[in-house]
Amino acid sequence: MLENVSGSARPARRGFLLGAAALGAGGMLSACTSNELPQSTSAGAAPAANASSTPGKHVTIGFAGPLADHGWLNAINVNATERAASYEDVTFETTEGSNDTAQQIGQVETLINKQVDVLIILPADGKALTQVGLRAMEAGIPVINLDRIFDSPQAYRTWIGGDNYGMGLNAGRYIGEQLKDKPEATVVELAGLDNLELTQQRTRGFDDALKNYPNIRKVARQAADFTVESGQAKMAQLLQAVPRFDAIWNHDDDQGIGAERAIAQAGRDEFFMVGGAGSLHAMEAIQADNTVLKATVLYPPTMAASAVDLARALGQGTGVSGLAEHEIPTSLALYSAVVSKENVADYIATGFV
Amino acid sequence: MTSDTASKTVRPPRPEGGDPGDRSRPRPSATPLAALTARLDLRIVTLLGVLAALAVVGVVTRPEQFFTTDNLVLILTQSSIIGVVTVGMTFVMIGGGIDLSVGAIVALATVWATTVATQQYGLFGVAFTAVVVALVCGLINGLLVSYGRMVPFIATLAMLASARGMALQISGGTTQVVDIPALLELGYRESYVLGIPPLVLIFGAVTAIGWLVLNRTTFGRRAFAVGGNPEAARLAGIRIERTRLALYLISGLCCGIAAFMLIVLTGSGQNTNGNLYELDAIAAAIIGGTLLSGGRGTIVGSVLGVLIFTTITNIFALNNLQTDVQQIARGIIIVAAVLIQRRTARGKA
Repeated sequence: MLENVSGSARPARRGFLLGAAALGAGGMLSACTSNELPQSTSAGAAPAANASSTPGKHVTIGFAGPLADHGWLNAINVNATERAASYEDVTFETTEGSNDTAQQIGQVETLINKQVDVLIILPADGKALTQVGLRAMEAGIPVINLDRIFDSPQAYRTWIGGDNYGMGLNAGRYIGEQLKDKPEATVVELAGLDNLELTQQRTRGFDDALKNYPNIRKVARQAADFTVESGQAKMAQLLQAVPRFDAIWNHDDDQGIGAERAIAQAGRDEFFMVGGAGSLHAMEAIQADNTVLKATVLYPPTMAASAVDLARALGQGTGVSGLAEHEIPTSLALYSAVVSKENVADYIATGFV
Repeated sequence: MTSDTASKTVRPPRPEGGDPGDRSRPRPSATPLAALTARLDLRIVTLLGVLAALAVVGVVTRPEQFFTTDNLVLILTQSSIIGVVTVGMTFVMIGGGIDLSVGAIVALATVWATTVATQQYGLFGVAFTAVVVALVCGLINGLLVSYGRMVPFIATLAMLASARGMALQISGGTTQVVDIPALLELGYRESYVLGIPPLVLIFGAVTAIGWLVLNRTTFGRRAFAVGGNPEAARLAGIRIERTRLALYLISGLCCGIAAFMLIVLTGSGQNTNGNLYELDAIAAAIIGGTLLSGGRGTIVGSVLGVLIFTTITNIFALNNLQTDVQQIARGIIIVAAVLIQRRTARGKA
C-alpha cells in the first residue's frame, strides 16, 4: 500500500511537523485573539478515553466533499452530514461539493482560513490536492484524507478509504468459487471509468483472483463511465460481442442499473452478475433473487461517517474504541465484503440510494 | 479554407434576392435518374462509402457477430438517441448557430420527467414532462440568442451550466429508477414493430420530419438563408430573429424526445445523462457536411455521421478494444472524415 512505502523515519517527522504546526497555530491564535481553543493532538497529552457519543470538547470539522453527481458520492455526503449532526459537540462546516480540482483547492483554503479544528477531504484528484493538504497540516489542522489518497503521507494525518484492489479480489474469488467446477468457464468485466486509478486497481485485483482458477478465462472487458447511460451502452455491446459467458463483474451498481436494462432488453440470462459498491437497488435485487444479479462487492460509503468519528476523536485528542493504541491509526482501509442472498439482510441497511 | 469558401459561394443555399418561398431548388431534371444523381450530394456518397468500408472491417474482424440482425439492430438503437439530438443540432448549425446545451437539456429533462411526482402519471406523464422541460430550455436559448442578441456559444454555454446544475438539484444526486411497465416494455423485443425497436422508429420519424421541414418548407429555406448570409436574409424580408428562435425550439424539442428515449433505454433518470452529447452531435453534423459557420448542411449527412460513429464504437467493442484506443481512433476519424469531405467538395466545385 502506498502509505506504507516511505519507511520508518516518517512518524518522527510527522511528530515534528505536528509539534511545529501546533506552535504555529498557537502563535497565530494569540496574534489574532481568536476565541478558539488550542488543540491537543500531540502524543500522550490526552487521556486515552475512547471516542464515544458522550459529549466532549467542542470540535469544528471542515468537510470538502465531492460533487454528488453519482449515487455513491451522494451517499458519502449524506453519511458525513448525518453523522456530524448526531454529535452535539461537533460543528460541521461543509463546502459545496466539487469535482473540479482548482475549485476544491480554493474551498479547502477557505476552510483553513476559517481555522477549523480538523479537515476531512475527499479530493477530486488525490495527487492534485496534495499541496493544499500539506498547507492544512502546516497550519496545524489535522487532515483526514477520505478515499482518494494524497500523494504524500505528510499531507494527511489519517487516511480512511475503500480497498479497490480488495474489491476486485473478492469479486474474483466469489465468481471463482461459483465456477470452480465448470470446465472452460468464461467471464467478462464491465469496468468503471478507465481514467481513474481505482478502476485499474479493481481490475488488477480481479485478474489476480482469477489466476487461482485455471479453468476460468476472462474473455472481454469494456469500461463504462459510472453512469446508467454508459452502463446500458457498454453492456449492450458486451452482450453482442460475447454470445455466451458464465459470469460478469460490473464495477459499479449505479452503472449496473443501465447494465441490468441492457441484459433485460437482450433477453439474456445464461450468466450471473456480481455488482460493486452496494447500492440499495442492487441489494434489493439480490434479496428478491429474480435477476441475474446474485451478489455485490461493497465499497462502503459509511467510510464518510467513520471519517467524522475519526475527525472528532482527533479534535478531542481521544483514541478509538476497541483499539489499544493511544493515537488514531495512520490508515484504515475498509473491507470489501461480498453481499449475496445469504447475508444481504445484514447489509441492506447500508445500501445507498 | 479556400475550398470551404469556394464551395459555399458555388453552392449558395438560396439565390440572392429570390423569393423565400422559391421552390426551384433542387433543379428539375429531364429523367428521374438524372434527377436522383443531381440530388445525390457527392458528400453523401462519400459518407455511404465510409460506412460500407466500416462494415467490411466489421465483417472481416468479427465475421460471426457483425452482420447479425441483433447487431445491426443494436447499432441503430445506439444511434437513435444521439441521432435525434443531432437532427436538432443540424437545424441550429445550418442557421448559423450552435447549441452547446443539448446534453444538459437531455439530463434536465430526463431527471425532471423521472422525478415528477415519482412517476405516478405514467408513460405519457413522463413523455410530456420531458418534452415540455426541453422545449422551455430551447425557448430560453432562442430568446437569448435572437432577441437578447447573445452569441450562441455563450447563451447555450450558460444554459449548459444551469441545466446541469438544476438536474443535479432535482435528482438530489441519486439515480431515479423508473417503475412504469408500459414505458419499460418499449425497450423489449416484444415491442418491436416488424423487428424494429420503437426507439429506432422514433429516430426514423424525427429524421424524416426533419428532412421534410428543412428541404420542403419555406421555413427550411429561411434557415439556410439566415445561416448563409443573415444580412441578405434580412434584406430579403426574412424575420431572422423569429427564424433563429424557431431553430432553438426545434433543438429543444429534439432534446425532449431524446430524453424520453433515454428513459426508455435506461429505465432511469440521472443527472449525468446526455454527457458530452453536444460534442458528439456537433462532430456527427460536421462529418455529415454541416458547416460550423452555417448556411450548409443536410439531415441525411448528419444521420450518416451518427451511424459512422456508432458503427465504429460497435466494431471496437466487438473486438474488445479499450477506451483509450477508442478515443484516439475517434479523433483520427473525425479529422480524416473532414479532410476527405474537403477533397470531394473541391473536386465537385
